[in-house]
Amino acid sequence: MKNLFLGIMLVVVALSTQAQEKKNKNAKHTIMVNGNCEQCQRRIQKAAFSVDGVKVANWSIETHKLDITINEEKTSVAEVKKAVAKVGHDAGEVIAAKADYDMLHSCCKYEREESNK
Amino acid sequence: MKKQISILLLVLLCAFSSYSQDTLQEVKVQSKNKGLQKSSKIAANTTLLTSKELLKAACCNLAESFETNPSIDVNFSDALTGTKQIKMLGLTSPYLMITEENIPSVRGASQAYGLSFTPGTWVESIQITKGAGSVVNGYESISGQINTELLKPVNDIPFFLNAYGSTDSRFELNTHFNTKISDKWASSLFVHGNTRIAKNDMNDDGFLDNPLAKQINILNRWQYTDAQKGWVSFVNFRYMNDEKQTGETNFDPKKDRGTTNSWGSEINTERFNVSAKIGYVFPEMPYQSFGFQNAFDSHDQDSYFGLNRYNIKQNSYYSNLIFNSIIDNTMNKFATGLNFAYDKYQEFVNVNDYSRIDNSIGAFFEYTFDNNSNFSFIAGGRIDNHNRLGTFITPRLHIRYNPWGKGVLRASIGRGKRSANIFAENQPLFASSRAFDILDANGKIYGLDPEIAWNYGLSFNQGFSLFGKKADVGVDFYKTNFKNQVVVDLYTAPAIPGTHQVLFYNLNGKSYANSLQLDFNVELAKHFDLRTAYKYYDIQTDYLSGRSERPLQAKHRFFGYLGYETNLGEKGKQWKFDFTYNWIGEQKLPETASNPVGDRLPEYSPFYSLMNAQITRTFSSTFEVYLGGENIGNYKQEKVILGNENPFGSTFDASIVYAPIFGQMYYAGLRFKIK
Repeated sequence: MKNLFLGIMLVVVALSTQAQEKKNKNAKHTIMVNGNCEQCQRRIQKAAFSVDGVKVANWSIETHKLDITINEEKTSVAEVKKAVAKVGHDAGEVIAAKADYDMLHSCCKYEREESNK
Repeated sequence: MKKQISILLLVLLCAFSSYSQDTLQEVKVQSKNKGLQKSSKIAANTTLLTSKELLKAACCNLAESFETNPSIDVNFSDALTGTKQIKMLGLTSPYLMITEENIPSVRGASQAYGLSFTPGTWVESIQITKGAGSVVNGYESISGQINTELLKPVNDIPFFLNAYGSTDSRFELNTHFNTKISDKWASSLFVHGNTRIAKNDMNDDGFLDNPLAKQINILNRWQYTDAQKGWVSFVNFRYMNDEKQTGETNFDPKKDRGTTNSWGSEINTERFNVSAKIGYVFPEMPYQSFGFQNAFDSHDQDSYFGLNRYNIKQNSYYSNLIFNSIIDNTMNKFATGLNFAYDKYQEFVNVNDYSRIDNSIGAFFEYTFDNNSNFSFIAGGRIDNHNRLGTFITPRLHIRYNPWGKGVLRASIGRGKRSANIFAENQPLFASSRAFDILDANGKIYGLDPEIAWNYGLSFNQGFSLFGKKADVGVDFYKTNFKNQVVVDLYTAPAIPGTHQVLFYNLNGKSYANSLQLDFNVELAKHFDLRTAYKYYDIQTDYLSGRSERPLQAKHRFFGYLGYETNLGEKGKQWKFDFTYNWIGEQKLPETASNPVGDRLPEYSPFYSLMNAQITRTFSSTFEVYLGGENIGNYKQEKVILGNENPFGSTFDASIVYAPIFGQMYYAGLRFKIK
């Protein structure tokens, strides 16, 4: 009985201290990502999740904000931006290559600034 | 030992969290403007009933909350208890897992009447899952799960009053009080009373059509919320006392109890319940949480049915610890944890003592994959050790795939195992001259073996637009295959002619329940909804006398619902109209061929239809009245009580009820709020 008690206490302590290591395992960032519709949302989130270390990825159709939670021991914001741009969506300062943009479905062809074309 | 357990529980109570079952909670995020909500994004076949839906029918308690929803079949109240019985996939409520805020609630001793012990006004929403369901809450569910969420003190309004009265002389009063004590604490007090004061005998058979009743039901709940730190906690205290009296109209319990002067029955139930929940969401990791819930329940029923006495007392303790998190990312979620259950039964059937103690401990793991677009599945398993059921594994799987826009394909498979509380679940049979006979003796539950079944389900739903109106069609097919079942046999003719019996024995052969449901729903105009469903049930069991369909189960059912609301006027003024239609096909009746001619029933009951309607007038956002009718067509079962002339004779049977007894009923009520 006593052992079970100690065991459970240890688990609690272990889990609650997990978050306090040097490199942030749950770093939250927001990236502005260009896109239009639900299909874009799926593509953007899928691209973000394809990066090892991305725990949460939510892109809002209204605000064009991609909220991510990443494990900084494994990856960085730059990596995520690169992955998102690779599927055709401008992510922050990382601009998608024209070839990747052209691959997008017609409804996903968001308006690009002149300089990015 | 006891002290250590209590210390352990206290410490845990201070340390863990309860954002459990996030699969079900996802449903709630949806828009609140529909009474019935079905998300195409979740893996299980779950329908969410909001409190708005519950206002569409007389709806006095949980048992009566499903009238406007085709997934659940509501049967009219039985003569004895006035309780409405529910069925899902053609199986009665013991085969469902019924939980209240994810704590198993209607089980064991409360199986027969438990749904009538939760007043409808307390309910915030109900989630109905068809098929196997989640492994998180236990191993018992076979055909589905029903979870009820009660009003949360944090969101509740300061005062609510509901009064109700009906022509079958039933009156109800519900009052809710709520206070926000601090920015973290809130408390609600719910007081419910209902009574039926007058004796009704519309069919002049000398027996009451519905019981005289008195119920007082009190719930006090406390909620603690600290959103910044991630803590949520609930503590509930509940007391209920329910008294029912039925039988012959001239029966006087004081004088006639235990005699053959006249036939009567009383069922008195007292319940006390304390439950506590604590939940913690890691502030930096909203996808990770702990939940810990504990419930202590005491249920005490004293009853007699003529000369049959039945007393059952159940003291239960239930505990559930759950941890939710992700693997790599939020596409891969899991929930894992432990359950513990303890039940002490003191059960007496006449002079026979069936008292026993049951306990079980189990561990579960449930993995949810969601690709955030068109595919998800929930794979769960649990292992339990139970003193009567042994050690066993419960696997369950739900898959969802959207092949194209607005189309959802779902499949599920799962196993369930339970011990049948044969007396508690079949209490209406006490109101008959039947002798209870258990034919097996080697099992651990009344000499019988546990019930084991596999449930398989397949469903497809397609949303589309019909002449510019929103519509959807659906088809569901579910199969429940019993590996073992406790057969309740009302068919086998007794060995001694002129006597009657009910036999209980382990299934020898096959038993299955197939159900097919076709749905069509359309929004005919703005705020004008039509729901229709056709249901086909093929439910067969191998009895001693051969394979037969289950008694009192219609093969065909049709359901229709029409709802109309006017536009919301000034200060919230509105009219609402609701109409429900049910067509119930022929039902096979128990064996009565050995009775004298006057006390025989045909092999099948006739088909019939029932209509309910309600009008609600909202005068402002704080005051509304409603007026409605049930069974407007006034359909009544012709002969309800066999042998009513001689209730202590060998042909007496008040348990064969296939249609309403009372006939048409009208009601009116009001709701008043202080916001």
